[in-house]
Amino acid sequence: MGTPRILQREVGVGGLMAQPGPVVAAGTGPVRAYLDHAATTPMHPLAVEAMLPYLAGVFGNPSGGHLESRRARRAVDDARQHVATSFGADLGDVVFTSGGTESDNLAVVGGWEARVGRALPGHRPPALVCAAMEHHAVLATCRALARRTGAELREIGTGEDGLIDLDALADACTPDVGLVSVMAVNNEIGTVQPLDAVSAVVRAGAPDALLHTDAVQAVPWLETAPLTARADLVSISAHKFGGPKGVGALVVAPGVGVRPLFHGGGQERERRSGTHNVPGIVALSAALAVAESSRPATVARVSALRDRLGDGILGSVPGTVETGGREHRVAGSLHLRFTGVEAEALVILLDRAGLSVSAGAACSSGAVEVSHVLTSMGLPADEAAGGIRMSLGATTSDDEVDLALAVVPGAVGQLRD
Amino acid sequence: MRVLVAMSGGVDSSVAAALLADRFGPDCVEGATLKLWGGDSDSGCCSVADVDDARRVADQLGLVHHVFNFAAVFEERVVSPYVRGHAEGRTPNPCVECNRHLKFDRLLERATDLGFDAVATGHHARRAEGPDGRLRLCRGVDPDKDQSYVLAMLGQGQLARTLFPVGEMTKAEVRADAARRGLRTAHKPDSQDVCFIRSDEGRSGFLGARLPLHPGRLVDHRTGEDLGAVEAVELVTVGQRRGMGHSGDGRRRFVTAVDVRSRRVAIGPPEAAWTPAVELHTVTWVDTDPTAAGGPRRGRPGVGLTAQCSAHGRPAPAVVRRSRQGLTVTFESPQRRVAPGQTVALYHPLHPDEVVGSGIAR
Repeated sequence: MGTPRILQREVGVGGLMAQPGPVVAAGTGPVRAYLDHAATTPMHPLAVEAMLPYLAGVFGNPSGGHLESRRARRAVDDARQHVATSFGADLGDVVFTSGGTESDNLAVVGGWEARVGRALPGHRPPALVCAAMEHHAVLATCRALARRTGAELREIGTGEDGLIDLDALADACTPDVGLVSVMAVNNEIGTVQPLDAVSAVVRAGAPDALLHTDAVQAVPWLETAPLTARADLVSISAHKFGGPKGVGALVVAPGVGVRPLFHGGGQERERRSGTHNVPGIVALSAALAVAESSRPATVARVSALRDRLGDGILGSVPGTVETGGREHRVAGSLHLRFTGVEAEALVILLDRAGLSVSAGAACSSGAVEVSHVLTSMGLPADEAAGGIRMSLGATTSDDEVDLALAVVPGAVGQLRD
Repeated sequence: MRVLVAMSGGVDSSVAAALLADRFGPDCVEGATLKLWGGDSDSGCCSVADVDDARRVADQLGLVHHVFNFAAVFEERVVSPYVRGHAEGRTPNPCVECNRHLKFDRLLERATDLGFDAVATGHHARRAEGPDGRLRLCRGVDPDKDQSYVLAMLGQGQLARTLFPVGEMTKAEVRADAARRGLRTAHKPDSQDVCFIRSDEGRSGFLGARLPLHPGRLVDHRTGEDLGAVEAVELVTVGQRRGMGHSGDGRRRFVTAVDVRSRRVAIGPPEAAWTPAVELHTVTWVDTDPTAAGGPRRGRPGVGLTAQCSAHGRPAPAVVRRSRQGLTVTFESPQRRVAPGQTVALYHPLHPDEVVGSGIAR
């Protein structure tokens, strides 16, 4: 297969420096295209730069009274202020966590537990409602909580368009519901969920319920303040938008209580104990700043690349089906199914040809699982095993799309022979 | 030559991978661990800990490592038939069926799709090419660890794309080689029993969770006289001695037949547990069918072979003839009854290491 060489080029805010990651200068090594930005995306150089002083220089523990502590505390609170402003929230509404999974767990368990206190003695614990397409960080948490407490869990299916079934959601949202979780953007198929309508349905049918949204996939592509306007709890994760791994946040609406998952020093206003990840928090804020300021340009550029990639593959590979409608999708997302081809094998062939993509969900052993997102849309297991997610990011180049367009037809053809 | 080595996370397949990397170079060898079982297991080839072991060994050897999720095929081709077999009074061998349908079918197919020329496993067996260019399947050199029995269903097409790198080594040599290379699996205990059944639940716990178990009656194999009760007929196997008690004269009693439908288990004295012959279906041959044209037909004298009726059973000389629905294996001297569903491996009478074919007891 002829693979075009990719040249190093300038990107990023102000053309600061070439991005690290997938792009390799001509003749210096293997040429690759990285189209798995929904799994993780390289750190933005400004975020790297922002965190460096806090690794060794400003090393203090923010929970203390001396100079070193005050400096660290200042950095954390500057970051907190910035995140709060971006989400249209206040300083005290931002809880820093270890990432998206912790934020989701804190929202679901901590939010639900805060609601349990309101139930009358002898009554069933409040019910849980979540989309069946939720990331496992929400889905497995809801299931575990339901199993542990006897609370009823109602999982809401997905339409063919990749959007939550609003009629089913309305049926499920009854006054006994304590918490509803509907993601902002699906991590596999990239569909933007109708949070406006979701919020209206929840408030009308389940007035006592907290509404949580897992916005982990949303930050690079969507305005963040509208999320907070509709949901009581919003989860984000830094490494999905150019920050480091291992840090995230839960934005909590004023007046909403969440019970802590971790007990200890009482940091984050008793909601999340544990010494702050100061460099991570600083870098999260820096990456968020870059993502926000470059968002309109990135969305325009990347959606054009995505459309060229999607249209190119649909045009050159017969028997290709695009999952969900493109109009409901974030700019970086493309989800394709190749009839008669197993995604598990295709990912390996594409990897060999220099293209990194993902086959839906992977379990802890690394095996590809049948996608619960696709089965929630009513697809049979053999089709749900054939999905390939190609996710573009802020650093994706024309050349990477060219490489993908060059290698996909051959790899699919090899598996169909 | 590009080889995909199936790495269970055990010492044999670790060393197999190392030997292949030595021989073909790490760029031409990749490892794959099969995720076969979604449920709990403690000795299986599919736990996350075993995948970690396989991956770390591959890392050390410089091999790319994959995990293939074959859980759906495994359920359909191995676990379900195992459960169904017991429901119908048979005792299938899941390792044989896993090799038949997973490792030497689904995995071979996947390997071919990915451009590999062969699949290698850590089985203790040998593949040899005869002077005629035909491939032979032989016992591993370590008689205690020989696994040719569970591979006896392989044919030329599969053997042409299969390698058994540790078949020439004893288990002690394999472990010593792993230790010399510093592989983390060097001292890992051998896996035992059926990989998808946890030792704390056992066969009865596993089957009990998936099958309605029915109490039954023990009856005399000749007179039909009622001799007592049995807790679950589905858990009784032909040839079984445990739990069958003693006859009036103090001799042990053995199961001679299980009829799940009437919930009757026939038992008898030791001599009743012996049989002169066994009928096989699903017959396979490593090379040409020795009972076919040129060989004996029905009514003619059969072919003399050696039959091994369990994984570590003693090979018994027998005469093999075609029958209407498969093969009749007539032992030279009576053998323990073979439970329906069990595999019988057939070996060459003059070259006792060489597998000739296989079948499943009716």
